[in-house]
Amino acid sequence: MTTWPLLTWIILLPWLGALLLASLPHTRPGVIRGLALAYSLSTLVLGAIAWTRFDPAAGYQFVERHAWVPSLNITYHLGLDGVSLLLVLLTGLVAPAALLASWNLSRNPRLFALLFLFLQGSALGVFLALDFFHWFIFWELSLVPAYFLIKLWGGPGATRAAYQFVIYTIGGSAFMLAGFAAVYTVSGTLDFTVLAHLGEAGTLAERLGPTGMTVVFLGVLLGLAVKVPLFPFHTWLPAAYAEAPTGASMFLTGVMSKMGVYGFIRILFPIFPAELTAAAPVLLWLALGGVVLGAFAAMAQTDLKRMIAYSSVNHVSYCLLALFAVAGATSSNPAADTAAMGGALLQMFNHGLSASALFFCIGILEVRAGGRRGLGDFGGVRTAAPIFAGLCGIALFSSLGLPGLNGFVGEFLIFRGVFGHAPWAAAVGCLGLFATAYFLLTFWQKVFHGPAAGAGVCFRDLTVFEIVTLLPAIALMFVLGVWPQALMSFVNPWVTAWLASLP
Amino acid sequence: MNLLPLTIHLSFAGAFLALVAGSRSAAAARWIALLSALAGWGVTLWAAVHFDPGAGYASLLNLPWIESLGIRFHLAADGISLTLVVLTGLAAVAGILFSWNVQEDTGAFFALYLALIGGVYGVFLSADAFLFFVFYEIAIVPKYFLIARWGSTNREYGAMKLALYSFAGSGMVLAGLLWVYGAAGGTGFGFGELALAATRLTHHEQLIIFALLFVGFAILAGLFPFHTWAPTGHVAAPTAASMLLAGVVMKLGAYGCLRVAMPLVPAGLTYFQPAIAWLAVIGIVYAGLVALVQEDFKFVIGYSSVSHMGFVLLGLAAGTPQAAAGAVLQMFSHGVIAGLLFAVVGRMVYERTHTRRLDELRRLPLHRLMPFTAVVFVVAGLASMGMPGFSGFPAELSILIGTWPVSKLWTLGAALGVLVAAAFTLRVIQVVFFSRTDDAVTVADHPLPPLTWPERIGAGLLLAATVVVGLNPALLLNWIIPGLTSPGLQAIWTGGTP
Amino acid sequence: MSFDYLLLTRALLPEIALVIGALAVLGYDLTLGRKLPNKDRLGAALGLGSIATIAALVDAVLVGRMGPVYGATLMLDSLAVATRIGVLALTLLTLGIAAGARTPRHPAEYVAIILFATAGFTLMAAANHLLVAFAALELASLSLYILAGYDKARVESAEAALKYFLYGAMAAAFLLFGFSLIYGLTGELELGAIAIRLAHTGMSPLLGIALVMVLVAFGFKAAAAPFHLWAPDAYEGAPTPSAALIASASKLAGFALFLRLLWPGLGAVAGGAPGAAIGWLTPVAIIVGASILLGNLAALAQGNVRRLLAYSAIAHAGAMLLGVMAAGVTGPGPLFYYAATYGVAAAGAFGVIAVIEVNGGCQRITDLAGLARRSPLLAGCLAVFVLSLAGIPPLAGFFGKFVVFAGALQVGGLMDPAGWLALLAIAMSAVAFYYYLVVLKQALVLPPAAGATRIRVPLTAGLALTLAAAALVVLGALPTLVLRYFG
Repeated sequence: MTTWPLLTWIILLPWLGALLLASLPHTRPGVIRGLALAYSLSTLVLGAIAWTRFDPAAGYQFVERHAWVPSLNITYHLGLDGVSLLLVLLTGLVAPAALLASWNLSRNPRLFALLFLFLQGSALGVFLALDFFHWFIFWELSLVPAYFLIKLWGGPGATRAAYQFVIYTIGGSAFMLAGFAAVYTVSGTLDFTVLAHLGEAGTLAERLGPTGMTVVFLGVLLGLAVKVPLFPFHTWLPAAYAEAPTGASMFLTGVMSKMGVYGFIRILFPIFPAELTAAAPVLLWLALGGVVLGAFAAMAQTDLKRMIAYSSVNHVSYCLLALFAVAGATSSNPAADTAAMGGALLQMFNHGLSASALFFCIGILEVRAGGRRGLGDFGGVRTAAPIFAGLCGIALFSSLGLPGLNGFVGEFLIFRGVFGHAPWAAAVGCLGLFATAYFLLTFWQKVFHGPAAGAGVCFRDLTVFEIVTLLPAIALMFVLGVWPQALMSFVNPWVTAWLASLP
Repeated sequence: MNLLPLTIHLSFAGAFLALVAGSRSAAAARWIALLSALAGWGVTLWAAVHFDPGAGYASLLNLPWIESLGIRFHLAADGISLTLVVLTGLAAVAGILFSWNVQEDTGAFFALYLALIGGVYGVFLSADAFLFFVFYEIAIVPKYFLIARWGSTNREYGAMKLALYSFAGSGMVLAGLLWVYGAAGGTGFGFGELALAATRLTHHEQLIIFALLFVGFAILAGLFPFHTWAPTGHVAAPTAASMLLAGVVMKLGAYGCLRVAMPLVPAGLTYFQPAIAWLAVIGIVYAGLVALVQEDFKFVIGYSSVSHMGFVLLGLAAGTPQAAAGAVLQMFSHGVIAGLLFAVVGRMVYERTHTRRLDELRRLPLHRLMPFTAVVFVVAGLASMGMPGFSGFPAELSILIGTWPVSKLWTLGAALGVLVAAAFTLRVIQVVFFSRTDDAVTVADHPLPPLTWPERIGAGLLLAATVVVGLNPALLLNWIIPGLTSPGLQAIWTGGTP
Repeated sequence: MSFDYLLLTRALLPEIALVIGALAVLGYDLTLGRKLPNKDRLGAALGLGSIATIAALVDAVLVGRMGPVYGATLMLDSLAVATRIGVLALTLLTLGIAAGARTPRHPAEYVAIILFATAGFTLMAAANHLLVAFAALELASLSLYILAGYDKARVESAEAALKYFLYGAMAAAFLLFGFSLIYGLTGELELGAIAIRLAHTGMSPLLGIALVMVLVAFGFKAAAAPFHLWAPDAYEGAPTPSAALIASASKLAGFALFLRLLWPGLGAVAGGAPGAAIGWLTPVAIIVGASILLGNLAALAQGNVRRLLAYSAIAHAGAMLLGVMAAGVTGPGPLFYYAATYGVAAAGAFGVIAVIEVNGGCQRITDLAGLARRSPLLAGCLAVFVLSLAGIPPLAGFFGKFVVFAGALQVGGLMDPAGWLALLAIAMSAVAFYYYLVVLKQALVLPPAAGATRIRVPLTAGLALTLAAAALVVLGALPTLVLRYFG
């Protein structure tokens, strides 16, 4: 396999697709869309190939490593491990679905597809890069297409939302960059694997000094926390998700919000273990804040898209809750650790599926209702559109964590793990669960039940095309709900190995 | 390498020919200018291909000139000079392509333009302080006339302010150089000879001399609070001159700091480091914030130049080879990016819409009216924000890396500057190009002249440069770092103690 | 001590050529030229005058460095020969300018007086004896008074001449008084002998008074602050070629004489050495500082281009005096280089004004507007002259400043006032840059005023100005051409 750079191709194919689209100025929209979809699907195909050849017991695989900027000791270093694979697969699922969801976009579909593929490639780069230098390139580059996707195809408040989104994120990244600059001065390398060794051994802290290490840690933390987002850095999110066009919302919530969590796992844990442990109690509270306040904020929304956006804050905060519980563990409890981490990873995947499915459903509601998407704008859609109601309901219940669907497994494992370390936190977190159940059921009830009202009257049911878009995700919700082992087979060994690697 | 002096000859010869030919035919002047700039660039590229980083500060030409004062006509180059002459060549060619439409006194315009280029080449290649200074001043005068004669908004004021600031700065430099030479019984004006002479002065004298030299040069590099000439000057200048001013001429100041002020009095940097670095950091953030509230498109870019040059000064002030390498890389990067931004603002947008006011541009759906321009500006803006993948990123990263061990606060301040840069760049991107206009306004309502081929080629060249360097900074760093660690500059990093 | 009349005649060949030339000009005009129109009379006079000046120039070169002549009454050293050549070249330039300027009423007399003044200048260059020096200075001065008031129909010209004369006469009285005191104290008139005496006697209160007298007198002659009051009016009112001569050749000759008087003559009481009594260096330093400050700052406020040049001349006089201060260390080379190249630039600037004047007035700076359109040649030359005055490389004005200031700093670094004055001068040159740019802005940037016509440049004037501009470029790039002469 060393001869064929699989990982490079995973990143490169969407970008090549973008390039191809850029060079086809006067092509029919149908061709454009088809090409875009094909290139987008390449991730799924290559991801599947990687999956089949993946050895859950080994560490980084398909590693590519070449000298890049020798004078700065920067290498081109790609590698795939369990968590990367999980996220590559998730990207492979969400991205084509998001493109399908934007199939009928009339305004400049070429530019949309181009930006989208660019975004997809950047996100994949983040999941596969193992040297900060190009990891950061992908990290930052992903902002550009995201910005334009929101700005150009978004709703009335899109300009402000996109601006806010980018500025918040760059604000965080700038400090992360400064932090890594500092790390480089004492380590002479930006390679994650090398830095992880230094971090575990405490060499980094020793060389940077206590203040230095703290400042660096806070810088990097800020960069990641904004991206996830960790409460209280989440204020950019509702506007950005709500104003973005459906396809972009799907990708933002499905994939991009995972980039931050991934950063926590890949960077913060291995490189700054001691600082993270020290900060964990505070961070745990913040994550709890995200869980509870995110859920309550969602309850207060009347705009469906904003509601799901807040629910994303809530769901992603579960992952963080698990991570911080593990990081702040005072006593050794391997079972809880494994459960929490495994749950966090599953939750990432599940939330990617369910939230993007929900955004897609809201997109459908919005189109059918001529742009309206308020909670009170609909009623009795179930009678008019039973298929839609069914599929959307499954997505809702998956998001809610109904046993039997995928959401349950992740959340269950997270709570189990968190209970092992910080029972009070888990207890408070349950509040969030109830609130989530409440607002999702409100959504379900107001939109789909009751007498047909508002845009619910004469609501056209899903077309075959839309069903095809939605079905894979819905199917996976069932599959993973009853057979989480499909993912756990490679997630669990990774978690075990990863936990063992931490000091 | 030994062909590099040709760049100077070619530029001045081109200036003369353009002036002569310009009285007959504007087209001839244009082509002469383009060909001589291309030839100059070609020479620099040829030298780059045959460059040996191990050769140190290699002499190109060393002739006796004014024996009684020990002044020699001495040209030399190392990787730092090479980086900057390549930039000069590129900026010169691009600038000419973007001023292809200058109608008024075309010959005189290109003659002054090429004279300025010649002076800039001369500064980057001089290895004798006197010669350095002569070229440095030669670069000042054409600037004034280019702006005052062919400029736009408030041009006479802008030109005068710029010329006076530059001249005041060069006066400080002259005072410092003469002081070293005269008071310390200097035997000549070679950089090494002067450095040797400076060691004979008292510590206090050395410090004053350093302040004179460094501030004198840094004025031209836009050091806060002496930066105010830069925005007004850049805004008033015609497009090609803005490109060159921000792109190359501001680098003269930074280069002077690095090549003359810092090695001459290494103790000075140790003493003044906090002051300079803080001013640089303030400059980065303050200019960025000012750019954020400008209502004139060109002023945004003008202030952004000040902000970006703050990174260069910070990199120099940090006093580590790593940061200085970043500073030199940033000089190159900003040279290319500023050229691109000014080209978009001054030539592509202003000469078609005839307004630079953001509130008026907001009403035009520019991303539909001029998609190519929008793409160019977005890419240039991203590069300017320090987006990874473009040349600004490795430069700023190197500066941050090099600054961190010296002061954490400066590093964080600079990081804040990155954020501010993103804010003002995005602001103009969305206001100017992607403003939400009434969809009823169509392209047909605002027929704008299409982009010309010289513009496309010029933009393409600059874009390619920033991407190539961004993806492969090693290309330039392999030249720069051996230059910085060569014996001539070694004293800077050790604070003068051998 | 040898008093060889043959050698003396040989040494004075340039002066003889000039005087013969002047007489020939007058003679031709009285006889053959009487019937001709004024313009042709001017042409003939200028032709004869130029021939005489060139002859004098050749003589000066051929005579060369003879050393002390006629019992050291004259001293033909490097400085003297170089100054003679410089003065004669500047006179040629002035004659060329006169060819392009308004024709004066009695052209032959005008040219003859220029030649007489020049004879005074060349004699000043060589004078090594108090009486000869005074005689030469007064020959030159009297001629210049007449030249300043030559355009007697114009009130301004008359005023210029009167002011110039009154101040000049007073200066002459001061000078004479100072000289007589020196003679009384030392019993000598020849500078070398005075120096030997002073080396023994040293400073005394009476000598102090004598020095002050001499300095005041030279301050007046050189238009250094605070004795500068006549200069702006004289520059403004005098016929342009006269102003050119006052600004250039007269300055060069005056500073050469001053330098010779102060260092070889009075060097023993310079007072620069640590621990020595206060000598003439201190008042000179004050004059330098005042001139540089006042000249540059006052020039900022001028709207009249000639007054602007006058104030800039005051500032330059300060810089040249700085060169005098430094000459004890550097020798006369830097000062000569500065004064000569300044003369070329200043005379050239007046030459441009003279040509413009023929085509309408040229008093206000705004009268220069659009010169680049009206005459690219004049605009180009003016740019060279003004930039040289401003001290922009690679023009000669830059190197002059460079070498003088370097010399001033060599005296004793900042332990010596000369060092500080050099820094002051550098700082003020940034101020000067402003008003020079204002002039150039009018000439090169702004459009011409309505109704302004294209300017026809007469061939001779054009040639003279072009050569002067070329000289500034060449000398600036290759200053060794001049400096080498001073070894």
